[in-house]
Amino acid sequence: MSKKVLVFVESKDGKLRNVSFEALTVAKQLAGGGEVIAALFGTGATEFVQEVSQYGSNKVYVLEDEVLVTYTTDGYTQALCQVIEDVQAEVILMGHTAIGKDVAPRVAARFGAGLASDCIGADLENGDIVFTRPIYAGKAFQKKVFNQGKVFATLRPNNFELKENPVQAEVVSFQPVIKDLRTIVKEIVRKTTGGVDLSEAKVIISGGRGVKSKDGFQPLQELAEVLGGAVGASRGACDADFCDYALQIGQTGKVVTPDLYIACGISGAIQHLAGMSNSKVIVAINKDPEAPIFQVADYGIVGDLFEVVPLLTEEFKKVLVLS
Amino acid sequence: MNILVLVKQTFDTEEKIVIQNGQISEENVEFILNPYDEYAVEEAVKIKEDSGAGITVLTVGPNRSESVLRTALAMGADKGVIVELEEQADEYAIAKIIKAAIKGQEYDLVLGGNMAVDSGSGQVSIRVAEELGIPQVATITKLSLEGSKAIVERDIEGDVEVIEVNLPFLATAQQGLNEPRYPSLPGIMKAKKKPLERFTLEDLELSEDDLATRTTVQDQYLPPKKQAGKVLEGEIGQQVHDLVNLLRSEAKVV
Amino acid sequence: MNFQLSEDIKFLKQSIRDFVDSEVDPLAMEIEEKDEIPEKIMKMSKEIGLFGLSIPEEYGGTGIGMVGKCAIYEELGRTHNGYTTVIGAHTGIGSVGIVEMGNEEQKRKYLPAMARGEMIGAFALTEPSAGSHATNLKTTAVRKGDKYILNGSKHYITNAPIADVFTVMAVTDPSKGAKGITSFIVEKDFPGFTVGKNEKKMGLHGSHSAEIFFEDCEVPVENVLGREGQGYVNALKILANGRAGLAARNLGSCDKLLEMSIQHANTRIQFGKPIFEQQIIQHYLADMAVDIEALRSMTYRVAWMVDQEMKVIKEAAMVKLLGSEVYNRVADKAVQIHGGIGYIAEYPVERFYRDARITKIYEGTSEIQKNIIASQLKREYL
Repeated sequence: MSKKVLVFVESKDGKLRNVSFEALTVAKQLAGGGEVIAALFGTGATEFVQEVSQYGSNKVYVLEDEVLVTYTTDGYTQALCQVIEDVQAEVILMGHTAIGKDVAPRVAARFGAGLASDCIGADLENGDIVFTRPIYAGKAFQKKVFNQGKVFATLRPNNFELKENPVQAEVVSFQPVIKDLRTIVKEIVRKTTGGVDLSEAKVIISGGRGVKSKDGFQPLQELAEVLGGAVGASRGACDADFCDYALQIGQTGKVVTPDLYIACGISGAIQHLAGMSNSKVIVAINKDPEAPIFQVADYGIVGDLFEVVPLLTEEFKKVLVLS
Repeated sequence: MNILVLVKQTFDTEEKIVIQNGQISEENVEFILNPYDEYAVEEAVKIKEDSGAGITVLTVGPNRSESVLRTALAMGADKGVIVELEEQADEYAIAKIIKAAIKGQEYDLVLGGNMAVDSGSGQVSIRVAEELGIPQVATITKLSLEGSKAIVERDIEGDVEVIEVNLPFLATAQQGLNEPRYPSLPGIMKAKKKPLERFTLEDLELSEDDLATRTTVQDQYLPPKKQAGKVLEGEIGQQVHDLVNLLRSEAKVV
Repeated sequence: MNFQLSEDIKFLKQSIRDFVDSEVDPLAMEIEEKDEIPEKIMKMSKEIGLFGLSIPEEYGGTGIGMVGKCAIYEELGRTHNGYTTVIGAHTGIGSVGIVEMGNEEQKRKYLPAMARGEMIGAFALTEPSAGSHATNLKTTAVRKGDKYILNGSKHYITNAPIADVFTVMAVTDPSKGAKGITSFIVEKDFPGFTVGKNEKKMGLHGSHSAEIFFEDCEVPVENVLGREGQGYVNALKILANGRAGLAARNLGSCDKLLEMSIQHANTRIQFGKPIFEQQIIQHYLADMAVDIEALRSMTYRVAWMVDQEMKVIKEAAMVKLLGSEVYNRVADKAVQIHGGIGYIAEYPVERFYRDARITKIYEGTSEIQKNIIASQLKREYL
């Protein structure tokens, strides 16, 4: 049974987000031959049409509206609802990003529909869509199915394999009617450095209490730069004020699934493991050979992070230049 | 000023998960106030201390959930409401239940956690905002009330968005919003005397459709056990060299 | 009969455990090394009301009964004993005198600040020549107009360096022996009052004891606690009141030691298996557990008797005795089970072992407790 699937495609800093391509790939698969429609918001959205059509969307709705340049819950909710109505979408997918987390529950509620959030799997089983999502921050998983109504889902970045499927997409210019924005965005203060977002980073270098101070994060930062990764932290390091809570990885904090996670001076409390144990490859660097982090690590080095990490940075510099 | 705080009881974040017959075992599990909801309660109590407010905390869940209301009351909330619900419901139905439970009461501010650390779905508070027809500001890290409006800072993937919004609105708490207090001993003693209202679903005006869940959990399972990895040996320089090689040739992640 | 703690007390207990586990215990090693309780911990402890444990609600305290108090002391006993002692000395002997014997004016003046921890209390009975022989006091108090003039010194006074208010026993009439002793509330700023230097102790780091000196120290008449000549009886009452609390603190420490010992026995591999598999270790653990269970039953029963306003002179002495003896036995076995690591200062077992020793000495030695028990037996049976 084919379905009409709508993907809300998100851009950040003038680029489409990788998770949107993941969502388009999933959409193609779930549509079962049905139509895949992409929705692009904001002025300048048209320039992304070509890129979006690489992933198999038959139709691209472009909402070139000034109001949609900056995200607001009300603006995006109204626009999205109107697009959903217009295309008669049955399944609506988007990334589990700051925007996805904010707008998806609101839109789902407006349609009186269910939502499977933060999914890491989406499969068709006997014509039904079954979503897989982590619970207890990845200590367990659940499979969720829909009983009735529209199907909404947000997808966790980095969990779906991309499949290109170039098609000639029909572009629909859509003018939403947006009124009564109840929140005003006064300012956006950039705090992230280097632009690599933790939840989408392919490589994360993470520090714990063993980092000992704010300055102790410097060697981690250097390694992250060499690998094009982001820096994260355990709750211990955040509580001790070595870094901002925005970096916290764990059951409270962010849940991440990079290709490579290097834990430096992190003992591996269960609450931290919950946030990172589904990373593809885990490296642990810790002085204490008994530290629980070694039990989830693929590779471990027992040693002082302040000795090991700079050596690692040097070694990577050497081999990455050569390749 | 009336503040409503939506809270949930969850497993302690240090708990291991055990699944028996497809169900998550609650045996010997310690329950806590969902950490994000704790920020919400703390924020409400701070507002009460600064400028005066009446705080209602509400939870939907099995009987044992009452303990999180007691925690919130001990922290400084004024009134607890529990809607007893033993069976599973989805976020859609829970939002409808909350709406029904607070019917006829007016709140200037509704606070909740940004998500619950068990289901991790991050939906209920936002759905409640939609049900109540009020704006939402999610994942907030700072809240300043200025008369009938508020200046709110919210975390958007590490950056900060500063938002102005008029009351009433709903906000969900992100880590960093505040440092929740421990309930004080006098606070705990006083909490015993504070009102606690109990509802069952039969007490509330709910339609069949309100309770018809949109989603069902089909299965729950544990991730496959990870095999213990390799702890490298030799002098540190050699270990580092080996590690880089392994990451490139064996794991192929760099 | 009901041996269950009420839901309220369980809740109190859990919330103190959360606080202790996440805020105090991670700093236990720092307390031990620096011989100081971090200001942050002191502040938080005051904010959550731990300093008002013995003070009635109307004076800003928690106003809970002895069972509730013991439940809290038990949780405090699970962490650094020096920290526990700073609070215990204040909430026990340091403030109970004013709560039990103070007049309305005295209560209004001191208790609210003491409940908030803004004023710290201490109890000053012991002198160089009056330890277990508590009536052999040499500190004198002579009335002069509307003042008493105190002369003499006290030693081993817990909390003296940080205390603001002292409950002091001094001789007003040497001819009357025990009945010539009077208790006074002495503030640290009274003229003629000074505090000596901190004693270096075997354990209880972070809790400081010192000598205090009275040189023509002027104490206003209105600061007499109770009536003149009532001082020794006051002192005994204050001490008796605290005994179940001391036992509860020891109970908490024992419980923690048992927990650590079981953990260690289960993870330490010798001869190819966890040492828990060795029968001798199992027997040690069983002995510890039985001792602890007996102490728990007795502690809460005596606390319950106090709440029922029953006479507990004998039982209070018994529970103080049992508490310190059990603590020492359990600490000894815990060190033995841990082996070498139990003797290393980097690991908390060693600290508990040293901290246990004082409990057989302070607030009435084990020997004095036996004297009290025997004298009560004599009354009952002869």
